[in-house]
Amino acid sequence: MLSKKRNKLFYLFTFPWIIGFLLLTAGPMVYSLYLSFTNSSGFGTPEFVGLDNYKQMFSDDPLFWKSLGNTIFYTLLSVPLSLVTGYLLAVLLNTKVKFMGVFRTIFYLPSIVPTVATSLLWMLIFQPNFGIANAILDFFNLPTSMWLLSEQMVKPTLIIMSLWGVGGGMVIYLAGLQEVPTSLYEAAEIDGASSWHKFWNITVPITSPVIFFQLIMGLIGSLQVFTQAYVVSGGSGGPNYQSMFFVFYLYQQGFQFFNQGYGSALAWMLFILVLILTAFVFKFIGKQVYYESGD
Amino acid sequence: MELSQENTPIKVKYKSKSKANKVQRFLIYLMLILLSVIFLTPFLWMIFTAFKPENEAMAFPPSILPKIWDWENFKEVFDIVPFATFYKNSLLVAGLGTLGTVVSSSLVAYGFARIKATGRGVWFALLMSTLMLPPQVTMIPVYVIWSKLGFVDTLVPLILPAFFGNSYYIFLLRQFFRTIPKEVEESAYLDGASTFQIYWKLILPMSRASIITVTLLSFMGFWNDFMTPLIYLQSMENYTLAIGVMQFQGALTVYWGPMMAASALMLLPLIVIFFTGQKYFVEGIATQGNKG
Repeated sequence: MLSKKRNKLFYLFTFPWIIGFLLLTAGPMVYSLYLSFTNSSGFGTPEFVGLDNYKQMFSDDPLFWKSLGNTIFYTLLSVPLSLVTGYLLAVLLNTKVKFMGVFRTIFYLPSIVPTVATSLLWMLIFQPNFGIANAILDFFNLPTSMWLLSEQMVKPTLIIMSLWGVGGGMVIYLAGLQEVPTSLYEAAEIDGASSWHKFWNITVPITSPVIFFQLIMGLIGSLQVFTQAYVVSGGSGGPNYQSMFFVFYLYQQGFQFFNQGYGSALAWMLFILVLILTAFVFKFIGKQVYYESGD
Repeated sequence: MELSQENTPIKVKYKSKSKANKVQRFLIYLMLILLSVIFLTPFLWMIFTAFKPENEAMAFPPSILPKIWDWENFKEVFDIVPFATFYKNSLLVAGLGTLGTVVSSSLVAYGFARIKATGRGVWFALLMSTLMLPPQVTMIPVYVIWSKLGFVDTLVPLILPAFFGNSYYIFLLRQFFRTIPKEVEESAYLDGASTFQIYWKLILPMSRASIITVTLLSFMGFWNDFMTPLIYLQSMENYTLAIGVMQFQGALTVYWGPMMAASALMLLPLIVIFFTGQKYFVEGIATQGNKG
């Protein structure tokens, strides 16, 4: 085929995405950067205000810092916890158990429940007056909690909720574990390696690309945490802004207060935050990832 | 002969371990069963509460099983809010959205997988970078665009973007198309088929499993999406289920029973989809991590 004809053909196939990329991603990115230097409110002509939005964010907006702190707290706990729990569940299922398919289904199912439904359900479970969580604690004479209505407990409770969905990661780890060549384990057994030793020196390194992929996606996902917090706090980010996450604040500024300029500045901060964090993870953790030679 | 001699000590070793192994197996099953109970309890709680009358749903200590299985909550779901309308809207968004996503994503994926052209590498790099871009970054300007076009409070902003393809599914399908041997297409070219014919009549049927996986994942994505309808939909008659199920939370009262019944009704099609397409689901989703 002539290269000219091939080029035409390539664009014939890919034009839907290219147009979408230009109209709904690249264009809006540029527009958002412009908006972030204005005081746009959705009405009237936006005025150019230079770096004012960014200045205000860093020096005169406690909620910016609060929401950033909440998001980092949530990410630092929920990402490693989900990763370890999901991986251990997969390891457990990979021990050639009977009814593996049944267990896999049971652990996986919660991850297909819509986030809204999950949040409403756990609100009922953690309801302080008649929820089952407090009923169980009460039964064992343990101290009960206000859970989602408590300033200290709301974020930990949201993290517990997120662990119900680890099945999504689990099936991905399980597929990775099933591809570890058994010959490696056999060779290690001849050398008298313990189960622990095999786990750390064979299983983990061989599956490290999958773990790394899940880590990156988990980080990016948890920086976007919104729906759960919005639902359980009834759209307020409470109690006392303890569930006000970064994207929640961005939503509030942009769509409840119509501060499109300030909201766009927050959006760009989110973008920069994701860039820095993924670059950091690639640099410091990416090195530990084991890739088979020739890949 | 030498080989079998080498094998014997390993077998002996296995045998001596067998008792410890039995204890270990027992512990593994015990853990799996305990964990299954923990994972299943919230589901059962949703179902049980959906069947409990209001005073029983809010009793302390709570009863585990409903004393009488009562369908009243399921009727109330439709009385308190226009639930059938929410359902219809969700089906419309998820149905059309999925159609648009699958058609456009597979087309684009084939272009990226098989048609060599100048600039392909650059476009592919851009495609990959959008995977890491949080959609909230472009949320405000995209809203401004839809609002200037007069589509706020309609389902259009929820459906139309699907027809531009989804970067993630494009990537997944591209990875799959690349595993198809090139000889298949080469012989079709020799028979005089056009590239589009090859894509439509050869590649798509051969990729049935991946297409089904992407269809299922995409449907679930649209069904569960919360933020987009929250931003764009204002009138109750346009609500999708994701924001519709929140309406059982009044300013003063929460209708727990109907709320759980509504959540269960929202979940039902996903459960049906999961069990009918389980094979595609688990295998298809599992390949996501490995090809990254």
